[in-house]
Amino acid sequence: MSDDAKTLDVWVAGTEEPELTPTDEGAQEISIDESGRRLDEQFGRVVEDDYVFDDDADEDERMILNMGPQHPSTHGVLRLQIELEGEIIRRTKPIIGYLHTGMEKTGEQLNFSQGGTNVTRMDYLAPFHNELAYSLAVEKLLGIEVPPRAAAIRVLLSELNRCSSHLVALATNGMDIGAISMMMYGFREREQILAFFEKTTGLRMNHNFIRPGGVAADLPPGWKDDVAAIIEELPRRLGQYDDLLENNPIWVARTKGVGVLSPEEAIAYGITGPTLRSTGVDWDIRKAFPYSEIEQYEFEVQVGEQGDVYDRYRIRVEEIKQSLGIVEQVMDTIPKGDFRVEDRKVTPPPRARIDESMEALIHHFKLFTEGYKVPAGETYVAVESPRGELGCYLVSDGGARPYRMHTRAPSFSNLQALPIAMADSLMADTVATIASLDPVMGDVDR
Amino acid sequence: MTEDNSAVETEEAVEVPARPLPDNEVLRGLFEAFEDVGWGDSLGQDVALVPNDRWLEFATAAKGAGFEVCVDVTAVDWMRQRTERFEVVANLLSMQHRLRLRMITTAPRQEPTVASLVPVWPGVNFAEREVYDMFGITFEGHPDLTRILMPDEWEGHPLRKDFGVGTVPVQFKESHKVS
Repeated sequence: MSDDAKTLDVWVAGTEEPELTPTDEGAQEISIDESGRRLDEQFGRVVEDDYVFDDDADEDERMILNMGPQHPSTHGVLRLQIELEGEIIRRTKPIIGYLHTGMEKTGEQLNFSQGGTNVTRMDYLAPFHNELAYSLAVEKLLGIEVPPRAAAIRVLLSELNRCSSHLVALATNGMDIGAISMMMYGFREREQILAFFEKTTGLRMNHNFIRPGGVAADLPPGWKDDVAAIIEELPRRLGQYDDLLENNPIWVARTKGVGVLSPEEAIAYGITGPTLRSTGVDWDIRKAFPYSEIEQYEFEVQVGEQGDVYDRYRIRVEEIKQSLGIVEQVMDTIPKGDFRVEDRKVTPPPRARIDESMEALIHHFKLFTEGYKVPAGETYVAVESPRGELGCYLVSDGGARPYRMHTRAPSFSNLQALPIAMADSLMADTVATIASLDPVMGDVDR
Repeated sequence: MTEDNSAVETEEAVEVPARPLPDNEVLRGLFEAFEDVGWGDSLGQDVALVPNDRWLEFATAAKGAGFEVCVDVTAVDWMRQRTERFEVVANLLSMQHRLRLRMITTAPRQEPTVASLVPVWPGVNFAEREVYDMFGITFEGHPDLTRILMPDEWEGHPLRKDFGVGTVPVQFKESHKVS
């Protein structure tokens, strides 16, 4: 073996095999001689012992399979280590952190008005919900209330965002099981919603449009036509999805009774969102702790029965319909008025004022260089993102930057359901289960 | 007369040690069972200030009182602003009572340790691993306390305030012409 090959860590066939070096995640990986609670977590038998362990199984049949981080069905860089017994999954361990970019640390370096650009990149499929949770937390510390029009715009955008995020979930869920056309359709409809976002905010994703104090701008002229087109088009498309998936016996066979979670397990593991509702727990933060005046709109919480992949898929389809209902109500009842709070402390003066007033110019400059100071305190605000409870824990020490900005990421908690849902199921159902939890790795690792 | 009045007043003040308690019945019952757990109101949200050695005990009682979900565990590094450097924060949720409660405890500068809540709520497993990874706070009784977001051989704990923020020097395209 030449020295070059050694330094490059490349093994050339026919030469001496190099020594195996442990990877970076040695302690985080699954190991054969584990015991105690750590093993229970991986077997998914902490809450309910529905696990059937076959002691007579042949040792040779057991193997540990590594899946990811580079795998198209893990929705990013999720890595799973799965112990198999023939075709049956015995225990699973998710290993994460491959997309960790230290966004909570970055959040401490940016001032409060810059923070939105940071949080919007966490859950990149639901950026509006991230911005909303962050803005609500900052507003709670500041003690300001946004005008009704701003609240309505926030609801409109976040509910449309829920539709686009669920469309991706349906699309990728379909693709993972083999319904490739579903992926094409899902992304096509999502593009229509993203086109509206681009018209409104200037960007398809990572908008930084919902800001502390309101929203960045008013809705563009002609927005009602665009939204009306979405509301008219999407239900028709959802009917097509039913033809493609619901009436497809292969789809039903691949999803029903797969990746089952019980309500006790879901609650014990802090699972939220569609995954929790699929188990039959009627829990939606929009109903329990309404935010952004969402309580004035009528909608129903969709609840499943079995807690399997099929129920999660069904709930997402129904939630798209409910969200479109909310969007329609917002469109009909949107109040007139300001789209951001008239608080000079947080809102920069309008462009026209800067030309005529020296004070306005100074004020504008100070706001964008120093930022505004937020009174000392701490708060936790949660919103219902497409994946579950998205919370923002914000601590201020009275300065212009957050002292601590922590995001309670729904995907991060929901990922703990994987070992439970996958224990005792078939290897082929792995991708269906992962896709049904709809993890976004940007949200998991932050 | 004046002397008598003042004497009565001071006696009364001594006899009534006003310990603030929440109005909500569920929370009031929980706090009355724990003499040394303080209740606070943080912008309308209920906060329980729990001594470090009562952390697990109070959590168990809270679960018994109806807080069936622990949504999140996180920490704050106060450096020298406070005598106890670390604050560990757990956000509880009661679905049946539609209530939230935030449990806060402190951990010392040297070898910060808190009891793990995994025996009460298995779902805090990942969250406590993240706090261990990011702040170096040890959770006693955690089944699998390893780093979760950073690699194993990483030195230091990134979210501590004394962990610097790295910067990357940017080489601009035309800079060689200027110098």
